[in-house]
Amino acid sequence: MTAPAKPEVKVVFQRPESFTDLTTHYCPGCTHGVAHRLIAEVIDEMGLREKTIGVAPVGCSVFAYKYFNMDFVEAPHGRAPAMATGIKRVLPQNTVFTYQGDGDLASIGMAEIMHAAARGENITVIFINNAIYGMTGGQMAPTTLPGMTTTSSPFGRDVELTGFPIRMSEMLATMDGTGYIVRRSLHDVKNIRKAKKALFMAFETQERGLGFSMVELLSSCPTNWKIDPSKSLEFIAERMVPVFPLDDFKVNPELTKKRA
Amino acid sequence: MAKELLKGNEAFAEAAIRAGCEGFYGYPITPSTEFLEYMAKRMPQLGRAFVQAESEVAAVNMVYGAACTGKRTMTASSSPGISLMMEGISYIAGTEVPAVIVNVIRGGPGLGNIAPSQGDYYQMVKGGGHGDYFPIVLAPASVQETVDCIILAFDLADKYRSIVHVIVDGNLGQMMEPAELPPMRELPKEPPEWAVTGAKGREPNFLSSIYIDPADEEVTNIRLVKRWMEIEKNEVRYNELMMEDAEFAVIGFGTAGRVASSAVRAAREEGIKVGLFRPISLAPFPKKEVEEISKRVQRILVVEMNSGMMLDDIVPLVEGRVPVEFYGRMGGMTPFPDEILDEIRRVSENKAPVNGNARAEWIARLEKIVEEGK
Repeated sequence: MTAPAKPEVKVVFQRPESFTDLTTHYCPGCTHGVAHRLIAEVIDEMGLREKTIGVAPVGCSVFAYKYFNMDFVEAPHGRAPAMATGIKRVLPQNTVFTYQGDGDLASIGMAEIMHAAARGENITVIFINNAIYGMTGGQMAPTTLPGMTTTSSPFGRDVELTGFPIRMSEMLATMDGTGYIVRRSLHDVKNIRKAKKALFMAFETQERGLGFSMVELLSSCPTNWKIDPSKSLEFIAERMVPVFPLDDFKVNPELTKKRA
Repeated sequence: MAKELLKGNEAFAEAAIRAGCEGFYGYPITPSTEFLEYMAKRMPQLGRAFVQAESEVAAVNMVYGAACTGKRTMTASSSPGISLMMEGISYIAGTEVPAVIVNVIRGGPGLGNIAPSQGDYYQMVKGGGHGDYFPIVLAPASVQETVDCIILAFDLADKYRSIVHVIVDGNLGQMMEPAELPPMRELPKEPPEWAVTGAKGREPNFLSSIYIDPADEEVTNIRLVKRWMEIEKNEVRYNELMMEDAEFAVIGFGTAGRVASSAVRAAREEGIKVGLFRPISLAPFPKKEVEEISKRVQRILVVEMNSGMMLDDIVPLVEGRVPVEFYGRMGGMTPFPDEILDEIRRVSENKAPVNGNARAEWIARLEKIVEEGK
C-alpha cells in the first residue's frame, strides 16, 4: 500500500510582508487602500522593505504608517519632501518615499515638492490626487475640478474667483532633476495594474540613483464627493481623466535599459 | 590645541562639525549666513550632508528628517528665519528627537534690521512653537563660550532627546577673537535604537508627534514635563563676576552681560561694590541663584538688549525683597560700557523703591538718552 500523494498546496495570494495586519480606517470605496497595497507589493517584490523609510503626510493618510511594516516618520502638512530630503541625505543607501495628498503636495507643500524635484532628490513620491481635502471634510483643493462643489466652494468651483486645477506632474516634469514622472489612475483593474508598474519604475529610478521620481494616482473620495463608491470610479474616468490626462511626462532613458 | 584668532560664525560651524554634526540644512539670512557658507565648504569635504534649502520652513523639516535617523543635525538662522522654523521646531519637540538650532538674533519685530539684539528672548525661552514643550536655551557671551556651548548643545540634545537653542547675536557671530576649538570627535558607529534606519532584523520604528487620543498625548506631555524637571535640576549654567561681596548685582546675558562686565569692573575701581551675574542657560533659568542674590544685595539692575524680557522672569524670583531696576537698548542698539556704568552709579545711590515700574522708569530715561543722541 502506498500513501496517497499529498495534493500540492500553493499560496496564490497573501498579505505582502510590507503590510501590517490592521484594518485601515479609510472610508468604503476610497482608493487609499489600493494605493497602499500596491506600494507594499512593489517594495516586497523589489526586496526593499528592510531599508525603506516612509514619510507619511497630513491628511486622510496621516495614519499610513500604521499599515506599512517598515520604518516610518510623520511629516508636518506639506513638508514630507523636505523631511525625506533630510533623511536621504544622511542615509543615501536607504530607500525613502513620501505619500502625499493633493492639499498636502499641491497647496501647502508646493515649495517643498518643487524644490525637492529641482534638486533632483533621489526620493520617490506617491501623489494621491482625489481633487478634494478629505480629512478636514471636503474642502476645495488645488486640484478641484472647475464647477465641482465642495464645502468651501459650495456653489461649484468658480474659476473666475478661485482659478484652475494645478497639474503637478506636467509641471514637475519640466524640472531637470526628475527621473520619472507619470500619472496613473486607480479607477479600474487595468489602470491599477498600470499603476503598479509605474510604482515599480519609480522605486527603480531611486535605486538606480536617477533622481526624483513621482507617481500621481487619480483616486476616489466617495464620502466627500458625496457620490457612491462605484459612481466615484466613473467620476474619475469621466471627469478627472480629461483634466488630468494619464501619461508618462518624464522617463529617464536609462530606465528602459536593463540594469547592469 | 592652541588658541587661534577665529571669526564667530565660522568657529561655531567648525565646532558643530567637530561635535559630530552629520547634516546641516539652512537658508541664507544676515547675520548668520557665514555659518551656512562655512558648512557649504566643509561638510562635503568630510562626506557629510549639506543642503541649502528653499526656505527656513524646508530647512527645519530637513533637520527634522535627519534627526529621526539619529544623526547629529542642526541649522543656523536669524530671527525672522527662526519664526518660520517654529512649526518644525514644535514637531521636533513633540517627536522627542535631538536637534540643535542656532539663532543669531537681530533687531525686530518684523523685518527689523540686521544689527545685534536680544529681542527673541521670549520666542526662544518660552517655547515659540505651539503646544506644551520646553526647549533648552544656551546664551553664551564670547566666541570661546559659544564654541563650548555648541558642543554642549549636541550632548544635551542627545541626552534628553530635546531641542537645544544656542542664541547669540550679530556681535558674536561677526566678531573675531582668540578661541580654542575642540578636537574632532569620532562619529558613532551605531544609530540609537529609536532611530529610523530601515527595519532590518528588528520591529519597525515609527517617529511622529501625533497622539490622536488625548489620553496618549497627555502621557507624552507628562513625560516631557518630567524630563524638563530633570533638565532644570541638572543643566543650570551661569557665570559670576565679583559677586562674593557685592552690594549691588547686575544681571545680564550674552552680549549685554559681556558689556556689563566692563562696566562692573570700572564701577569697582570707583569703589562701588557691584558684581555681575550672567545666566548662560536661559532655559533652564538659574532661578535659585537669582533668588539667593536677592537675599544678599541691596538692589538689582537687569541689563538686556530688548525691552526687559528676562526682567519679567527675574522680578517674580526676587519677590519684592529688593528693588529691581532695568536698563536696555532695543532695535539693534548695543549699549556702551559707559551707559551701563552710569546706570550702576545711579542705581547704587538710588534709595527710592521701584514698585514693579522698572520698565516704565527705564523707558522715561531711555527716551531722554535717545533725544540726547547718545
